[in-house]
Amino acid sequence: MCSGPTPAFLEKISRATLDAFRMAETRLPPDVIAALKKAAGQEQDARAKGELENILMNISLAEKLGVPLCQDTGVPVVYLTVPPYVPLTQEIYDAIADGVRSATKEVPLRPNTVDPLTRHNSGNNTGAGMPAIHVKPGDRFTITVLPKGAGAENMSRVAMMLPSQVKEIEKFVVETMLIAEGRPCPPVVLGVGIGGTFDGVTALAKEALLEPIDRMDPFEQQLCDAVNTLGIGPMGLGGKTTALAVKVKKAACHTASLPVAVNVQCWANRRHTVEVER
Amino acid sequence: MTGPVRLKTPLGGEVLSLRAGDAVTLSGIVYTARDEAHLAMMEKGIPFDPKGAAIYHCGPVVQDGKIISAGPTTSSRMNRLSEFLLDAGVRALIGKGGMGKEVVEQLRGRAVYLAFTGGCAALAASRMQLKGVHFEELGMAEAVWVIELDELPLIVGIDAHGGDLFGEVRKRAGEVFRKHG
Repeated sequence: MCSGPTPAFLEKISRATLDAFRMAETRLPPDVIAALKKAAGQEQDARAKGELENILMNISLAEKLGVPLCQDTGVPVVYLTVPPYVPLTQEIYDAIADGVRSATKEVPLRPNTVDPLTRHNSGNNTGAGMPAIHVKPGDRFTITVLPKGAGAENMSRVAMMLPSQVKEIEKFVVETMLIAEGRPCPPVVLGVGIGGTFDGVTALAKEALLEPIDRMDPFEQQLCDAVNTLGIGPMGLGGKTTALAVKVKKAACHTASLPVAVNVQCWANRRHTVEVER
Repeated sequence: MTGPVRLKTPLGGEVLSLRAGDAVTLSGIVYTARDEAHLAMMEKGIPFDPKGAAIYHCGPVVQDGKIISAGPTTSSRMNRLSEFLLDAGVRALIGKGGMGKEVVEQLRGRAVYLAFTGGCAALAASRMQLKGVHFEELGMAEAVWVIELDELPLIVGIDAHGGDLFGEVRKRAGEVFRKHG
């Protein structure tokens, strides 16, 4: 007979969730800031440079004031690693939702979560299936949050391509940004999922956004360079940097399938991980 | 080189002399409105004087009567919802990402679209004071917040003569894509 997590551990999870959202919403990870600074240095167009300077100024100001750097504080997407000594129970999901409700009040977050049809707002960023929680086994209990804004999420795409279209993946990725233009707040980060299943490929694309963007493999670099030929630039006002990075995650798939998904992420590639000690 | 054109609401014919690409600053009252606020205004009427008004596509974070974080939202969601405001005398739409061809035509001869850097919500909030609210029942993101701006720096994205910075970038991107595709 195995007992569930202790109340003290659940309280820690709730607190850690709040802390992770506070950090993610008010401070960008160092690799993202470095990529934005690099882009600002590379742009020659005064308008593109100006947009990136505004972004860098905004990042400093949000950190200094401890306020959300973007008013779209997103919907709560949460990734857990759960070690063998923690039984995965509904109480853990509830503790994370509790942390989201606290974060909504305390950070504060904008209440963004609504019923999809009635559009009724819960007022606390939780609801059916929200927070979206993804679980994997691990050595330690960690909570990673990825608050996802709608401007970029709305521009994301999935395609069930044909096995003969491997060479056309690049075109699909570039076309995604051609359609998106300035709407997802470029310079963007693109999470690309390739393979797996119809549902799984979109999850891969989002997980790719958790990867550090200060390095790309040759395929990722090729996709990123191709996107940047479009010249959409910061905020769609023209420029060299349409994408800061492209990150790819793959899974094995059916011999007759080639699922491809692009999860578009704005320049505010917010993510933060907190460990919960036993 | 001259500095940015200083605009103050209520706006008048001065917006007609602006050209796409011009830098401006905007002071005075603006009204936030997103999808739900546009729908509510169409149904129930515009709860402020629209003559010379500026609409800000924004759903701010508000806490204890203060604007905490208030960058622009994606304006193109309001492509189908903006004509009644321009017909009523609104002189400026403010947002990010540009707007559709129908709005470029609706702006012609009467109003402009002004762009602020998306995501720069702390920066925007540092130049804002909250003055009031309409349709608060729509919730924080969708209500019409009455905000006083202190010289918010903006770029003329679409002018009153069909000039459209976003349209030019879109056209060039399309050409590149077709060439390589």
